[in-house]
Amino acid sequence: MDTEGKTTAYQQILYPFKLRFQLWGRSGLSFLGELSRQPSALLGGVMVLLFVLMAIFAPQVSPGDAMRGHLREQLIPPVWEEGGNPEFLLGTDVQGRDLLSRIIHGARISLWVGILAVGISASIGTALGAVSGYYRGWVDTIISRFADLLMAFPFLIFAIGMMAFLGPGFTNLLLALTLKCWVVFFRLARGAVMAEKTQEYVEAAKVVGQSNPVIIISEILPNIFHSILVLATLNMGSLIITEASLSFLGLGIQPPTPAWGSMVADGRDYLVTSWWIATLPGLAILALVLSINLFGEGLRDILDPRLKVE
Amino acid sequence: MRTVKILERILAVIPIMFGVAIVVFLFMRMTPGDPVDIMMGEAGYVSEGEIENLRREFNLDKPLHIQLYLFLADAIRGDLGNSYARRAPVSELIAERLPATIELALGALFVGLVVSVPIGIISAVKQYSAIDRIGMAGAFLGVSMPSFWLGILLMLLFSVRLQWLPVAGRIDYGVELRTVTGMYVLDSILTGNKAALISSLSHLVLPSISLGAAMAATVARILRSSMLEVLRQDYVTLARAKGLVESLVVLKHALRNALIPTITVVGLQVGVLLGGNMIVETVFGWPGLGRLVVQSIFARHFPLVQGAVMVYAFVFVMANLMVDVLYTYLNPKITL
Repeated sequence: MDTEGKTTAYQQILYPFKLRFQLWGRSGLSFLGELSRQPSALLGGVMVLLFVLMAIFAPQVSPGDAMRGHLREQLIPPVWEEGGNPEFLLGTDVQGRDLLSRIIHGARISLWVGILAVGISASIGTALGAVSGYYRGWVDTIISRFADLLMAFPFLIFAIGMMAFLGPGFTNLLLALTLKCWVVFFRLARGAVMAEKTQEYVEAAKVVGQSNPVIIISEILPNIFHSILVLATLNMGSLIITEASLSFLGLGIQPPTPAWGSMVADGRDYLVTSWWIATLPGLAILALVLSINLFGEGLRDILDPRLKVE
Repeated sequence: MRTVKILERILAVIPIMFGVAIVVFLFMRMTPGDPVDIMMGEAGYVSEGEIENLRREFNLDKPLHIQLYLFLADAIRGDLGNSYARRAPVSELIAERLPATIELALGALFVGLVVSVPIGIISAVKQYSAIDRIGMAGAFLGVSMPSFWLGILLMLLFSVRLQWLPVAGRIDYGVELRTVTGMYVLDSILTGNKAALISSLSHLVLPSISLGAAMAATVARILRSSMLEVLRQDYVTLARAKGLVESLVVLKHALRNALIPTITVVGLQVGVLLGGNMIVETVFGWPGLGRLVVQSIFARHFPLVQGAVMVYAFVFVMANLMVDVLYTYLNPKITL
């Protein structure tokens, strides 16, 4: 009896996923092939990978100490400027901390916030969107109205307002970002599920006697997964910019933790004498977001050409 | 018929704003501790009696649903509460700062559209040309760049190094200007004050570019792609076959339809302008609402933050309402 139950569960839920993964495994190779035909997307992907490796191995690759500095070594210019010290390739900040090491460590915050905020938003948004789009009715009405309401707030205003009331910090930052960002995934998933529900394969699954949750999870979700993935990648860049903006205002990640946004803010007071403190961390933000966007647009062209506007 | 639909649409704003007010009210309740305690922490020693008075003033002595009701009733009348620290009504403080913020937002909107519309059109008409490639590369950079960093770069280059433009503020110290609207550029024109016009314009340039760049980038990209789509359609081919001049085909026949998706994006970008103004005002020391909000957050003047968030949301909702109305004029096929 027990084994029978397991077999059914396997057949109903896991087997379609196994098939799907086999399909992905095969298309994974062709995906890499397609990616290599898009030089800008490939470049973006490689850059993102480098940023991720840099963040993971930050303590190993940093030439100096990101948290502590010596006041004797404050405001040393980058090595190519007059007065530069080869020990500090990108110079030091006002507390004498090595800027390069801080930028390397700063990648951790940006990537963590980007990945977690996108991951949580996408999961919640997709789950709610799938339920809304599949069952419709009052659940859909309530969630959709709530989503509409959140749309009435500009993203940054919402995030700034939330951080103002919650106070700064990593967890609050994630909360502020995800509480608004899930809406885009909700809308996409809801619309996609509504469209998929009319397809014949869903009818077939119903006729075979599969339950609604099983149909949603193992029949429909795998078919809309690629759109969610593309949207997630394209949203990650703007979430990273939002985090940097909040940290710049002093509402996000607090010092002494190195976050690119707050590093730019630190450098503002020394713009006239020490230009590198404010500008170089910003360059890191630009490089990371640019790479993610390049990769995301390539991903879209390969996985979901319908979203391509051109 | 159209008027009725538009009116319906306007009425739909009311429940949304109600919802916004409730969300903002709940925001306030999420603050750890009670607002009065927080303010007391800032204000130093205050007597028990005063604390009681404050609690009564903020209706904190009443149950939550009554508080919500009172908050909404006040908000309908435009009363957003009082700022304890500034001893003035919040609505007054906001109104005082609003002209500076509107001026900056209009400047950014101007930059956003003046740059993006020609680039979007030319890039589509001359697809894969040098202009297209440079324009789209620039637009790609623009969407990936944080506005505060762009502002700092511009400031470093044009104010610190080249010293062509002022670093911060709205007008040079000592320049006399009679205030009419509170928007300095407009006021200088209205009063025919040339010195003030030059001074206020030179202060407006860099903040407007910093704020408008992201919008310009987004709008240029969407306009290009919708132009490309429209230019391939049969009616455009027909217009060309009729022997119409190419510029007429592009500007009159194609652009009108390409503007429809573009305008939606412009409406959404107003939200980016509103949020971005807090950032850019902070970078350039622009004495507008955004800077006041950021200062108030750190000073924990919550009634002001709360009121400002509502004003921002209201402006955003209204901007999108205007977009919807504009829509019906651009595309008679669409009914609201």
